[in-house]
Amino acid sequence: MIAGARRAALGLAALLLLATAAPALAAPFEDTLAQRLLACTGCHGPEGRAAADGYYPRIAGKPAGYLFNQLLNFRDGRRAYGLMTNLLAPLDDAYLREIAAHFAGLDLPYPPPAPLVLSAADRAAAARLVAEGDAARRLPACTTCHGATLTGTLPFVPGLVGLPRDYLNAQLGAWRNGKRIAQAPDCMAAIANQLAPEEIGRISAWLASQPVPPGAKASVGFATPMPVACGGVPTTGPGGAPR
Amino acid sequence: MTRRRRLGIVGLSILGLLAGLAGVVAWLNLLGEERLGPPPPRVAASAELLARGEALTRAGDCTGCHTARGGRFLAGGRAIETPFGNVYASNLTPDPDTGLGRWSADEFWRALHHGRSKSGRLLYPAFPYPNYTRVSRVDADAMFAYLQSLPAVAQANREHTLAFPFDTQAALAVWRALYFRPAVHVDDPARSAEWNRGAYLVEGLGHCNACHSARNALGATRGTLDLQGGLIPVQNWYAPSLASPSEASVAAWPKREVVQLLKTGIAPQGFVMGPMSEVVLNSTQYLSDADLAAMATYLQALPPPTESDPPPAVVPAPSARGAALYNDHCVACHGERGEGVPGAYPALAKSRAVTMRSPANLVHIVLEGGFPPSTAGNPRPFGMPPFAPVLQDADVAELLSFLRSAWGNRAAPVSTLDVARARAGRD
Repeated sequence: MIAGARRAALGLAALLLLATAAPALAAPFEDTLAQRLLACTGCHGPEGRAAADGYYPRIAGKPAGYLFNQLLNFRDGRRAYGLMTNLLAPLDDAYLREIAAHFAGLDLPYPPPAPLVLSAADRAAAARLVAEGDAARRLPACTTCHGATLTGTLPFVPGLVGLPRDYLNAQLGAWRNGKRIAQAPDCMAAIANQLAPEEIGRISAWLASQPVPPGAKASVGFATPMPVACGGVPTTGPGGAPR
Repeated sequence: MTRRRRLGIVGLSILGLLAGLAGVVAWLNLLGEERLGPPPPRVAASAELLARGEALTRAGDCTGCHTARGGRFLAGGRAIETPFGNVYASNLTPDPDTGLGRWSADEFWRALHHGRSKSGRLLYPAFPYPNYTRVSRVDADAMFAYLQSLPAVAQANREHTLAFPFDTQAALAVWRALYFRPAVHVDDPARSAEWNRGAYLVEGLGHCNACHSARNALGATRGTLDLQGGLIPVQNWYAPSLASPSEASVAAWPKREVVQLLKTGIAPQGFVMGPMSEVVLNSTQYLSDADLAAMATYLQALPPPTESDPPPAVVPAPSARGAALYNDHCVACHGERGEGVPGAYPALAKSRAVTMRSPANLVHIVLEGGFPPSTAGNPRPFGMPPFAPVLQDADVAELLSFLRSAWGNRAAPVSTLDVARARAGRD
């Protein structure tokens, strides 16, 4: 009888433990920007994350001006993703600028590059477009703005390496069919519209296969003036002074 | 009498009756209106007048509708979604062709007070003139002077996309005959000056009951005094009752905390989220402490509803599955006993936001996450991640039922169907 009661009490205690056990990694509360922005990292994770409903790109270490412009684009309805727009709707420019600076300042390791799945001819064509562009179509080389190492140019132009092929494909495709819109003039929309769908596929695969150089940083300032005007990116100053 | 003659008389009587009704509708629509005289010559507005106009325009949250997402300030274009179709807010900047550039102060007053456009066309009550009709002429003139001082933006107004018959002026005239009378705010001498100022702001410019009141099948509220809560059409957020102690009554709060909530978006006993977040962002954070205190005085004095919600008959014990979901997704911020973190994460234990009859807002917040507004008093709000990408409807129902039965909370469970309906924008 007593043993039965003890067993029952033990069972109850075990159930209570189960019901109240906290996850192992619950960090203690800290009054920091990172704590305030758990709303972002829940989906984006430290390095971006693929989920059932799509891909949440890496935001850590992207240039602050680029991140700020994307936050504005989502909040102000130029980029269409309901969850992002709703989240940002009650936030003002000053806080968005701080959020952008916070994530830009994170220095987290990049995943290893994807294996290259292109034929030799396709590989050469992609590498040529990236490094030289196509003067006949007035297509600038990616490296002109995104940096010789394709790791971006501070503070407005993002790197193109260290990103998954599907994400790159989706972004260039979205620019091409008007689903991704930046501030006018939307230079990347104009460029994506010059590219054939199979070229976009080749460039995305090639970029995704490039390793991120160890300790890679975005360049400061453009080596040559930007060949096209891009909304939200000042054309003067060292890579455009932050506004 | 021949059959034909009898038919004729009946027909004539019906026609007469219809004409009479139309006359009554027309008369009710013009009730209390004076013919507008020629516009007086424009005089330069003083800085003091413009500042007052700006404050009043903020109090009316004009920008909440008249500034499109990412659009120019007060240049219109935002869709106000209603069950009858979309109404597009108009351009309030002084552009002569697309905005208010050719309007007179009299015409602006008539729009606020009588709900008519410059041309005399009847305006849709998505523009809350059933509330703005209470704005004084002096305040309307200050707002008009401020709007006329804005940079002119040439941006043509969009045609409303309303279904027949709601797209006709005749239907609107009938609606107005049924539900709209011009009104003026009259101070209640039995109340304090502060209460009266609060009443003027809450019932008039603040148009609080545009959301915090139920609407009938024709979209009409029960009057500007009703703040008994209502589901916001289409958006499907529930604007809680401001009178009910089991919803969002602030009668038991210290007054300074009511002011704090409207000024900063967060207070010790509550946060604003969803549509109210945008109200604080665009409107109430800009109000003076005196005006916010007046609104608080008025809201705290609202009489509680005569009948309260009956307590739920059965509240099942917290489920192990719900507890597991809570531990996986919520406990890190909201705490093991739902205690939250003051100033950062709201407590869920003994929280009216959790136990309120309508679970609509809980479903929104869990699925979409959110931030309170960034305001001068709370410039870096703490956010909640959206769980729509990771939780199925059945999970959300389990989790919410757990919240509503744990830590002393006692509210009816939430079903998967409730979640699906909330997700689909129905209740």
